[in-house]
Amino acid sequence: MSEEVKTTGPLEYRTNEGQMTILGFWIFLGAEVVLFSTLFATYAVLFGRTADAPTPAELFEPGTVLIMTFLLLTSSFTCGLAVHEMRRGSVKGLTRWMLVTLVLGLGFLGFEIYEFIHYAHEGATIQSSAYWSGFFILAGTHGLHVTLGIGWAFALLHQISKRGITNVTSRKFFIISLYWHFLDVIWIFIFTSVYLIGMVL
Amino acid sequence: MANSKKRIPTNHIVGFLLSLVMTIVAAWAALQSDLPVMWIIIGIMALAVLQAGVQLFMFMHVTESASGNGHVPWNMMFHGFALAAIVVAGSLFTMSFGFSHDHGDNGGNEQHHEQHQEESGY
Repeated sequence: MSEEVKTTGPLEYRTNEGQMTILGFWIFLGAEVVLFSTLFATYAVLFGRTADAPTPAELFEPGTVLIMTFLLLTSSFTCGLAVHEMRRGSVKGLTRWMLVTLVLGLGFLGFEIYEFIHYAHEGATIQSSAYWSGFFILAGTHGLHVTLGIGWAFALLHQISKRGITNVTSRKFFIISLYWHFLDVIWIFIFTSVYLIGMVL
Repeated sequence: MANSKKRIPTNHIVGFLLSLVMTIVAAWAALQSDLPVMWIIIGIMALAVLQAGVQLFMFMHVTESASGNGHVPWNMMFHGFALAAIVVAGSLFTMSFGFSHDHGDNGGNEQHHEQHQEESGY
């Protein structure tokens, strides 16, 4: 292939393939927004249909939800710092910030698992009512994305530790950073429209 | 990319602080304030959209010119969110608008909930 390789700018954009792969990932994220919109719509339509199960206002705990939100928000910030370090060419900086990101991500997951178990004990499971089905599918799909992202990032950190920052690994890392920030975007909407509104109404 | 050699990522720090402030304001409005429910819902949804904007523009480099991808990334996001708004608002309109459900034992303020849901139109 007579591919032209640029000599300036961030590594991940220097080859045509890298640039187009990142473009493709933006298209994927657009599709993810629509995927989540169907879950948000289902949740919103089923709001209040709690049958005999507890209502969200009875179960949601502001403390836990705020901790989860700050964990994910901070992890999104440190993930941005990891990309910043990558563009300065520092494998060490990238690895350090990404490990912080993943620890925060794992903390988020831990709280979410605790939360789901707590709700189940209180009598709200995915089978309890239409409302709780909608809730667990929406929050659970987001949690699944976080879990996948953590596994993906660990694998990629391993590869970067072997190969360093190249046109290919930087493209891969930039893409997972987009994915991670995107998870925070979705969480902002879950935090607001599920938890905050669930506690207001 | 001009700032790739910069040591301090100003953009990220500003974005992070903005997100923290918006999260705290939203939580305060929902949990502590005595504002009317309608105002709270509109306000916190607006804050959520702003925060999503911070992520996209300050963290995800959605309009980065070095990418060579032009307007495509933010176009994908904009249209994704436009579709999301249509799907959510349309579902609420067809499925919940003007419909109250009252299953006796749990009734009472349930109809109230529906009212707010519809008016929020998110």
